[in-house]
Amino acid sequence: MPAITMLEGIRQAMFEEMERDPAVVALGEDIGVYGGAFKVTEGLLARFGPERVIDTPISETAIVGAACGMSYLGLRPVAEMQFIDFIACCFNQVTNFVAKSHYRWGAPVPMVLRGPSGGGVHGGPFHSANPEMYFVHTPGLKVVYPSTVYDAKGLLKSAIRDNNPVLFFEHKFLYRRVKEEIPAGDFTVPIGKAAVRREGKDLTILSYAAMAHTALEAAEQLAKEGIDAEVIDLRTLLPLDRQTILASLKKTNKLLVVHEDTRTGGIAGEIAALVCEGAFEDLDGPIMRVTAPDTPVPYSPPLEERFLPNAEKVAAAARELAKY
Amino acid sequence: MEVVMPQMGESIFEGTITKWLKKPGDKIDRDEPLFEISTDKVDAEIPSPAAGVLKEVKVSEGQTVPVQTVVAVIDADGAAAQAAPPAQAPAKPQAAPQAAAPSPQPKHEAPRPAAVPPSPVAAAPRPAPVAASSEKIRSSPLVRRMARENNIDLAQVPGTGTGGRVSKKDILQAIEGGGAAHAPSEAPSAPIPFRSPATPPPPASGGAASVTLETAVPREKLYFGQYEVQPMSVMRQRIAEHMVLSKRTSPHVYSVDEVDVTAIAALRAKTKEKFEQAAGTKLTFMPFFVRAAVEGLRAYPTVNASVDGTNVVLHKECNIGIAVALDWGLIVPVVKNSEEKNFLGIARSINDLAERARAKKLKPEEVAESTFSITNPGVFGGLFGLPVINQPNVAILGVGAIEKRPVVIDDAIAIRSMVYLTLSYDHRIVDGATAHQFMGKVKHTLEHWSEAIL
Repeated sequence: MPAITMLEGIRQAMFEEMERDPAVVALGEDIGVYGGAFKVTEGLLARFGPERVIDTPISETAIVGAACGMSYLGLRPVAEMQFIDFIACCFNQVTNFVAKSHYRWGAPVPMVLRGPSGGGVHGGPFHSANPEMYFVHTPGLKVVYPSTVYDAKGLLKSAIRDNNPVLFFEHKFLYRRVKEEIPAGDFTVPIGKAAVRREGKDLTILSYAAMAHTALEAAEQLAKEGIDAEVIDLRTLLPLDRQTILASLKKTNKLLVVHEDTRTGGIAGEIAALVCEGAFEDLDGPIMRVTAPDTPVPYSPPLEERFLPNAEKVAAAARELAKY
Repeated sequence: MEVVMPQMGESIFEGTITKWLKKPGDKIDRDEPLFEISTDKVDAEIPSPAAGVLKEVKVSEGQTVPVQTVVAVIDADGAAAQAAPPAQAPAKPQAAPQAAAPSPQPKHEAPRPAAVPPSPVAAAPRPAPVAASSEKIRSSPLVRRMARENNIDLAQVPGTGTGGRVSKKDILQAIEGGGAAHAPSEAPSAPIPFRSPATPPPPASGGAASVTLETAVPREKLYFGQYEVQPMSVMRQRIAEHMVLSKRTSPHVYSVDEVDVTAIAALRAKTKEKFEQAAGTKLTFMPFFVRAAVEGLRAYPTVNASVDGTNVVLHKECNIGIAVALDWGLIVPVVKNSEEKNFLGIARSINDLAERARAKKLKPEEVAESTFSITNPGVFGGLFGLPVINQPNVAILGVGAIEKRPVVIDDAIAIRSMVYLTLSYDHRIVDGATAHQFMGKVKHTLEHWSEAIL
């Protein structure tokens, strides 16, 4: 099989799940006739028709509200945010209805809310956000943020089959930049399971999405200097894979968390707390983090470059930690 | 027992305490680093002359005192009685302010506390001896757990982590019975923040500066907007003085040469692993340049000289100063008698000196008596640099970054590993002709490298 992009992997997952289960429907802005802003949903309308591939008005609240209602009635909607930044518009629907329905009324909401996220493409402050942590803080949701084509496809399939609402973040910098040969046929990747991308013994670098690649790049650089870093791709942010994180920490005793999301309230803080609670006596150094600073994503390309973590910044922090 | 400011070299008469590594009341072992000093020549860690408890610190950080001045008192027998030191403190209140006494007259013989304190310490079932002595040791949760589980006294484990911290590596070594080297602890002096005061702060005392460092404009004009003022370390002051003096003394002329080091780069790449295995030391580019410089100095002895008034002192030894960048400054240890050393000997000396420079373990004589110096701005990415002569040398070689560049050879363009070498030389005694001949020799030696390196 030829190598495909992450975008194509996501498209295949949608296609195959809609083939597999007639309850799966897609809705969002311009996802039908136009095929989606990034062409993720191209071809769906022709294959499955307007009843299952629904172009909606420009109202995120309406999209999520409708998807929530559909799921009460037994459908498995996959709703798209044209850019994940606009999930803020439907915050009430997501946090009060989608997340709490099962708890409050015994009405499960087996829907997926997906959309292009993240920076690095000069999208500016309204088209580059990483809003995952608002939702990691919302009980009742699952939050997934893959970094590879295989994971993107496998995790989206798991998300669609999951009986809980799943927020599925797609890093748009990776959409066309990562290519991978993936196995033909049906496969899934379990939600809630991190992946060890590189084994190491000196320290653990935890990351996800585009930064998982950055972490690997830094690890290769560090290897040349004699620092053996283990790199873990979280893949799922909620629920966190506590077991894998602690197992790695018990081995390396040092932890660096890297995320593209801004610093304060980022997942690094949560992981630091989790490690202190679960493995304090295994720590041989401070838990460190490399993140974006606490500002909106700048539009100016040089500023954005400064804003985003990169392999150099990660390697520098790792060196300091290794030496500690 | 009194601890005095040691004499760190023949011509050194005073030293500045830059950092106390122990606080009064801390337990200390014999030869454990007690404080750090900075002198005209080197920065060094001073080990404790005895085991015991640090009783008193008489000279605070930043103070400069003559050698043999008492700087601290160690209670050699106090180790056992550590638990209750204040109880036995001298009954007599300290009379006249005894500070600032220039003569190191011992004011009071450390009043030994009775060997056994009255409290029932002996009977108290303390959990483990480890706990008491480990309290002040910098480590980590992991290290403390491992110490507990393996019944190890952390005070006995030398730390090599940041700031002398006992790390996982150190305790693993201790568990396996190995020892670890002492690591340097950095001593950053705290910056003094100022927020736009109306008047400039009082002029810096200058510490032990023997040359007044001038400012180019009236001092008031330096202070505007937001700023902070950081005092220079002793080392920084020495560097500043030395640079000003050198520029004032020697009319500097510069020449630049381009050298093809493709063969050396290939040789190094090919031999690196084997060399490091066989010799047990790193194979860098530096010994190649030192060897080549020695060839040049032997052919053109005027470059290996000093100036004394109207006399030229031609040195028979090639003592090559190697500039080593430190986190806290710069130091130039000297590879003595390089002309007698083979490649491996030079490589070993350079690596050893550089390592000990970073660990503050150089002796003063190891930074003296250079006859020529080499600096390597290339490691920081500099294409080339025009260095200031390291007095009393008359020339310094600058090594730029080694990079692949397109080069014309026999009307064809080839990709070659190239480096810019620069020579800053003292025009009082070295003329352009000599300098370029010297550089020609260096270049030829490097480009036609023939010496076996193992």
